[in-house]
Amino acid sequence: MIKFFLMVNKQGQTRLSKYYEHVEINKRTLLETEVIKSCLSRSNEQCSFIEYKDFKLIYRQYAALFIVVGVNDTENEMAIYEFIHNFVEVLDDYFSRVSGPSHTQASPYRAASPTCFQAGNQSSRCLC
Amino acid sequence: MEIIRRKAVLALYKFYLIAPNQVQHIHIKFRKALCDRDVGVMAASLHIYLRMIKENSSAYKDLTGSFVTILKQVVGGKLPVDFNYHSVPAPWLQIQLLRILGLLGKDDQRTSELMYDVLDESLRRAELNHNVTYAILFECVHTVYSVYPKSELLEKAAKCIGKFVLSPKINLKYLGLKALTYVIQQDPTLALQHQMTIIECLDHPDPIIKRETLELLYRITNAQNITVIVQKMLEYLHQSKEEYIIVNLVGKIAELAEKYAPDNAWFIQTMNAVFSVGGDVMHPDIPNNFLRLLAEGFDDETENQQLRLYAVQSYFTLLDVENVFYPQRFLQVMSWVLGEYSYLLDKETPEEVITKLYKLLRSDSISSETKAWIIAAVTKLTPQAHSSNIVERLIQEFTTSLDTCLRQHAFELKHLHENVKFMKGLLPVDKSCEDMVVDASLSFLDGFVAEELSQGAAPYKPHHQRQEEKLSQGKVLSFEPYGLSFSSSGFSGRQSPAGISLGSDISGNSTDTGLKETNSLKLEGIKKLWGKEGYLPKKESKTGEETEALPVPQENIIMENVDQIITKNDQSQALTQSKEEKEKQLLASSLFVGLGSESTINLLGKADTLSHKFRRKSKVKETKSGQTTTSQNMTRSSFSSSSNVTYEEDYYLDNFQDRGDKEVKKFSLNSELLDSESLTELPLVEKISNCRLSTPSLFADNNMEVFHPPQSAAASVANEISLTSSLLEETTEHMHSDLMEVCNNETISVSSYKIWKDECLLMVWSVFNKSASELKSANLEMAPAENFKITEQPGCCLPVIEAESTKNFQYSVQMEKPFTEGNLSGFINYQVMDTHSVQLEFSVNLSLLDFIRPLKISTEDFGKLWLSFANDVKQNVKMSESQAALPSTLKALQQELRLHVVDIIGNEGLLACQLLPSIPCLLHFRVHGDMLALWFRSSCSTLPDYLLYQCQKVRAWIDPQLPVPIPCFHPGMTRAFKAECFVSVFLSSRCKKHDYIPL
Repeated sequence: MIKFFLMVNKQGQTRLSKYYEHVEINKRTLLETEVIKSCLSRSNEQCSFIEYKDFKLIYRQYAALFIVVGVNDTENEMAIYEFIHNFVEVLDDYFSRVSGPSHTQASPYRAASPTCFQAGNQSSRCLC
Repeated sequence: MEIIRRKAVLALYKFYLIAPNQVQHIHIKFRKALCDRDVGVMAASLHIYLRMIKENSSAYKDLTGSFVTILKQVVGGKLPVDFNYHSVPAPWLQIQLLRILGLLGKDDQRTSELMYDVLDESLRRAELNHNVTYAILFECVHTVYSVYPKSELLEKAAKCIGKFVLSPKINLKYLGLKALTYVIQQDPTLALQHQMTIIECLDHPDPIIKRETLELLYRITNAQNITVIVQKMLEYLHQSKEEYIIVNLVGKIAELAEKYAPDNAWFIQTMNAVFSVGGDVMHPDIPNNFLRLLAEGFDDETENQQLRLYAVQSYFTLLDVENVFYPQRFLQVMSWVLGEYSYLLDKETPEEVITKLYKLLRSDSISSETKAWIIAAVTKLTPQAHSSNIVERLIQEFTTSLDTCLRQHAFELKHLHENVKFMKGLLPVDKSCEDMVVDASLSFLDGFVAEELSQGAAPYKPHHQRQEEKLSQGKVLSFEPYGLSFSSSGFSGRQSPAGISLGSDISGNSTDTGLKETNSLKLEGIKKLWGKEGYLPKKESKTGEETEALPVPQENIIMENVDQIITKNDQSQALTQSKEEKEKQLLASSLFVGLGSESTINLLGKADTLSHKFRRKSKVKETKSGQTTTSQNMTRSSFSSSSNVTYEEDYYLDNFQDRGDKEVKKFSLNSELLDSESLTELPLVEKISNCRLSTPSLFADNNMEVFHPPQSAAASVANEISLTSSLLEETTEHMHSDLMEVCNNETISVSSYKIWKDECLLMVWSVFNKSASELKSANLEMAPAENFKITEQPGCCLPVIEAESTKNFQYSVQMEKPFTEGNLSGFINYQVMDTHSVQLEFSVNLSLLDFIRPLKISTEDFGKLWLSFANDVKQNVKMSESQAALPSTLKALQQELRLHVVDIIGNEGLLACQLLPSIPCLLHFRVHGDMLALWFRSSCSTLPDYLLYQCQKVRAWIDPQLPVPIPCFHPGMTRAFKAECFVSVFLSSRCKKHDYIPL
């Protein structure tokens, strides 16, 4: 079961957070900083799943933006991993102007691309 | 529209998560959602079903077919393309369905068979190389290994796991390891197949992969590979800093070490590592278990001593090391062990140990809790020491300590030290497991108390009683002088009603002071029949020897296996092998020892007794289990005895029934003509049933009057048409309630009554056809109720009711979970003259009281049971002066609540009852002035509260000054009034028994 959903940039600022289980506000900041710290400390060769306390973190990096999902241990990690990607695709579909500075890139959300992930209707707003 | 339905289902899911009971009535809606034509709504309902099936899979087995069909459609690409994700049809929906199927098919061959096909298809279809198909495959593998095994599927799943594990993609490798960990207990050979990969993962740069591998190894640990595995775990432990991981891993190491330790030295060293790394974050059970293991020992006494000696030596040297800080818990363990077992040391004298402990005590880095442990250790060692300079210094230093706890310990030591002989008796060597028997009843004070009492001191009241009295007195100043509060079991300081006889037995008239040996269980020299794993047959020691002999050939086999693999590798790869690889294979052979097919049994039963190094004696547990069995026996015997008692009393009932039947029939015929004499006989039913409950000693006059022959017995012109003819034969054997009309119309009248059978509640519905024509296809049905299990009794007659006749429908009702008030509803439908069918609904209230039966036990059993119950409710009630007599109160309760009076001792009364099927509840009454102290205990948490409520109702019934909530026919009522009530019950039938009748 998904416990929380976070979008955090490389500087450690939370851009979006959604909790599916009650967590006290002041504990959230602490949790978020710890979560992003453990995600940042990992390299590309390491797997995208982290054991953190009694739950698991599944993260994916899109340019400078991290999407982290916290789940309990009954969850299928790979399913969540793909779910994150699905989420990003939906965002891309929904906000048609989500794009990076380089328009030559076909899919702006590809992890390897150096693009900045942007979203917005009228004014393009950078998410990261 | 679809989105609204979907959101509604999701909202209901949230409701279900928060309060499952609140959505119970709309389960049918969930089924509707599952069958919704919109895929989204159906998918949303799966969340609810997954949850519900997780909690109780057996209730949803009938849905297996539906889930299988849905999955088939999804896998077959029947869903709209919108649901595809990278051309995979609804992957998360598939995963959800697979999970549900896994839960449904677990340990259930018949259900599993339904899903083999679709699982096979899922495995086959998911061959596309995309992450999301791997996710589906992983779930599929999980399901295949969860449901009842089928070899073809297992083979395919194993292949899948192989693919994952060998994949260069790190995420897939992780998934593969996770799957392996799950599967390994069922199929250890799979670990052998992938042993080289596992070894590689063990040295993987990614700590997460390492961790998952250790988890896997933990599952395959046995007596032969423990050292290697624990070494790997400790290595990991030293690297990691996160508390959660440390706590988790330390627990696992301690568990494995205790189970499979190869020798003493290794065990102690491993535990030392555990304590120093785990330190103060580990679970407190670990040091506790360790100390208990040391103290209680295992079967071999010399082995015990060696282990203890090794521990003492190891700690002795550890304390020698300068400038090392050990965690507090570790120091506590050390000081306890040194205090208890340093007598085993040959060279070192107790003085040396004390010196060392004293040095430790003075260090700054030690918490006061640990200091207390150390002083306790010093205290134990003092009687063994010859010179006591250091002890005296310690006493001097710590009797002025600011820490109260330490100061107290120091003073205790000081006083004991002054009387060395006494100290030696108090602190014997190596007796940590012996129970020290203390005269808890303080019987040696009896004489003193008696003297004080004779001089006018107030008797002791227990704390709760004092408090209750204080509360009941309100805030008025007390002008009474305070009483002396000396406890004495011989007089009034009773802890529990059970202690009444037991306590005084123990204390007797003894005037000994201090300690004394009593009859506690002696376990020495008694053959051990029960162990941790259950009954230990005599053969056990033999099998132990056999398996100890086994490992050698096993190892050979494994080595052969490894050799084969090596040779295979040789053939396939180059002939030369690097040194590194050889090392790895060596490690592999040591890790996967004992995993061959021969040892699978060993592995499957992970808690196998054979390879346990340290088998606990666990004295404590033994005695406990002994106690519970006796208490069980006791309850069982008490139940059987209760059935014995009942048949004696049936005699009275039979007697009664003859008269009663006639009487009632007569009544229904000539109700207007009834004289008051015959009316008194009507409550017979109830009264008689009460008699049956009571013990003979409590048959008081007003119960006996029932047996006077009715004066107008003549009127036995029994008419078959009367309602009462419908009273079943069963009523002659069991007590029952009054007949009560629940619904009627111009053609029929339905009445019901309850028969309180010993094992259940029997509801009887009498349908009386008032019309002159016969009724066809009469059918009575009960609506399912959540708290009850309703079963139709056989022998319900044909669906035709002749004119002016009565038919009975019987249902036995069992309670499934305790409740206070429940409603049983149902309907009857019938056809008149083949034309139209009529339906009539009715309902009846059931209370918990309907399921209360007397529990006939002896006073002694009462005492034992009393102590075994945890749920406890106390209440003080005020009684009017006239009601203060205990027997009358008890009798009232016995009659109204169907309780069994166990005993009356002075101003205390003991009662027992049980809630069907078998939840006992005990009651203790004490009259104190005009106060009645009620005390309930039961194994069920809600029962005491409920009974208390009922007792209060009955109290109101006793006390004429208080309002009467129950309109029962109590002695205070005039006969005319009773008659009125009965007329209203029987004729107008508008009044239910428990409705309030204003007086």
